[in-house]
Amino acid sequence: MSLSLRRGLSAAAESQASGPGPVPKAGAAIEVRHLRKTYRATVAVDDISFSVREGEIFGILGPNGAGKTTTVECVIGLRSPDRGDIRVMGLDPQVDREELHVIVGAQLQASALPGQLKVGEILDLYHSFYAGAADLGEIMDSLGLAEKRNAYYRSLSGGLKQRLSIALALIGNPKVAVLDEMTTGLDPQARRDTWQLIEQVRDRDVTIILVTHYMDEAERLCDRVALFDRGKVVAIDTPEGLADRVGVGKRVRFVPSGPFEDRLLTGLPEVSRVEHDGEHVVVTGSGELANVVILALAKAGVTATGLHLDSANLEDAFVALTGRHLHEQVTGRVHR
Amino acid sequence: MSTYAWLLPARTPRSAFSKLLQGETKIAWRMPIGLITGVAAPVLVLIIMGIFPGMSKSEAKLGGLTWFGVYFPILIAISVAVLGLISLPTHLATYRQQGILRRISTTPVPPAWMLSAQVLINLALAVIALGILTVAGTIGYGLGAPRQLPGFLLALLLAIAAMFALGLWVSAIARTAAAASGIGQLILFPSLFFAGLWIPREVMPAALRDIADWTPLGAAVQALQSSMKGVFPPTQSLLVMAAYAVVFGFLAVRYFRWE
Repeated sequence: MSLSLRRGLSAAAESQASGPGPVPKAGAAIEVRHLRKTYRATVAVDDISFSVREGEIFGILGPNGAGKTTTVECVIGLRSPDRGDIRVMGLDPQVDREELHVIVGAQLQASALPGQLKVGEILDLYHSFYAGAADLGEIMDSLGLAEKRNAYYRSLSGGLKQRLSIALALIGNPKVAVLDEMTTGLDPQARRDTWQLIEQVRDRDVTIILVTHYMDEAERLCDRVALFDRGKVVAIDTPEGLADRVGVGKRVRFVPSGPFEDRLLTGLPEVSRVEHDGEHVVVTGSGELANVVILALAKAGVTATGLHLDSANLEDAFVALTGRHLHEQVTGRVHR
Repeated sequence: MSTYAWLLPARTPRSAFSKLLQGETKIAWRMPIGLITGVAAPVLVLIIMGIFPGMSKSEAKLGGLTWFGVYFPILIAISVAVLGLISLPTHLATYRQQGILRRISTTPVPPAWMLSAQVLINLALAVIALGILTVAGTIGYGLGAPRQLPGFLLALLLAIAAMFALGLWVSAIARTAAAASGIGQLILFPSLFFAGLWIPREVMPAALRDIADWTPLGAAVQALQSSMKGVFPPTQSLLVMAAYAVVFGFLAVRYFRWE
């Protein structure tokens, strides 16, 4: 439920991303402007715009059928948009496909490797595809694949297949990595291992687009998240910024060591409401709520015990922004 | 050029294709559809034929050829047909169905390289089958060299082109590996019939033989047998094979989907 408390940037991020569509800036690794893609009568992606900064992990979060996969398939040049403009490190995916695939590593859904090849053979093969490839041994070590190098691909567990897939996405030393639903179907431990891995990749200065329908994944990994729904971008912000947009904001619940005047807290800009629930006090507000409440109480010589912090998360944000739950099925929409 | 052009390394390294070919060879060895159906099966038929006496006696009703001389082109045709219609499309359709082609199409390597590698491997298997059949035939059945060698080689080349083009077309229209194998067999068995596997051309009713002459494998056997006897293959047989190669090659390119 509760978010990690890296909040400093949220206000700035909120004001930056509050317009109808982000303004692509110079130095953006990926720019998507007014992207539209239809499959026969179905509109998969309708006027989507966003911009990904160099070095950031950009999440695309939304329910099935929201247009996430279609969007990234257009970004890596596998599908041609009906309308709109895409630039990846300055390249047009439709025109500069070959150059694009040199600098973009992809981990896609519905893609596989030959089951009759061994892990080491597959890595060696994909390594040969790139003139500026990463060091094979280092990739194998950092992804824990070295001891599996003689295992056949078909014998690998889901987690290992996914790990190999991520290794192949990174083996060409890409500037941009596109990871689509990389933890779908993995057990919780394998998911957490994969997350750790992505955090290591972040340190390599790779710009990452992470497609997911898991909000905890987006909250943990992404610098910014675009919420997709029914082929449109609903909002783009930091995970915390998105959560802050939800009216409820945060709630701090505690037992004060002694009586105090409500005015002490209601006067604070972060606080919107103070309620009493038996011996408990419940303060609703936003921003650095817990810190300012504790500080204000301390000044009055009151300590807060049994402190409990609730905050809205991405799921709440999604519900607030779309009126639907993240895992609700969208019917009548093509999803690949 | 773009701002980031300087970041680009040179294009795909040349060694990538040979690595790809190595990988595909390993797969062909570890999942030996082509090896079993395209090489082992015709050789097995050859061995079985050895059990029957009189295979290497020349017969008047066979135009002075031995039974083995008649069956040698048929065995070659079986090998080429099976490699083209079963091995090639099954591999390619599997690759597409499983997303292996999709995966490779996000790398700097063109997925068409995978096609080329598969064609080369099946071509190599055809050469291996031809080699084994020739050596075994020469040693075990007193098979002589084709009396019209250029005609024989031309007929062989066109037969491979026609059957591989058909196979590529099958892999283009089949959505799944199962469908590819099904469609491949649907074409394979009538083809083998017209090639004379069960009733050799020499003893086929004339009407049937006329039909066979218009099928790619019937034309192939006609051209190969003619060369064995020392007569340059009939123009019609060569044109029939060439036509199948061109038409189905075009259709394959036109309708092939990477995913």
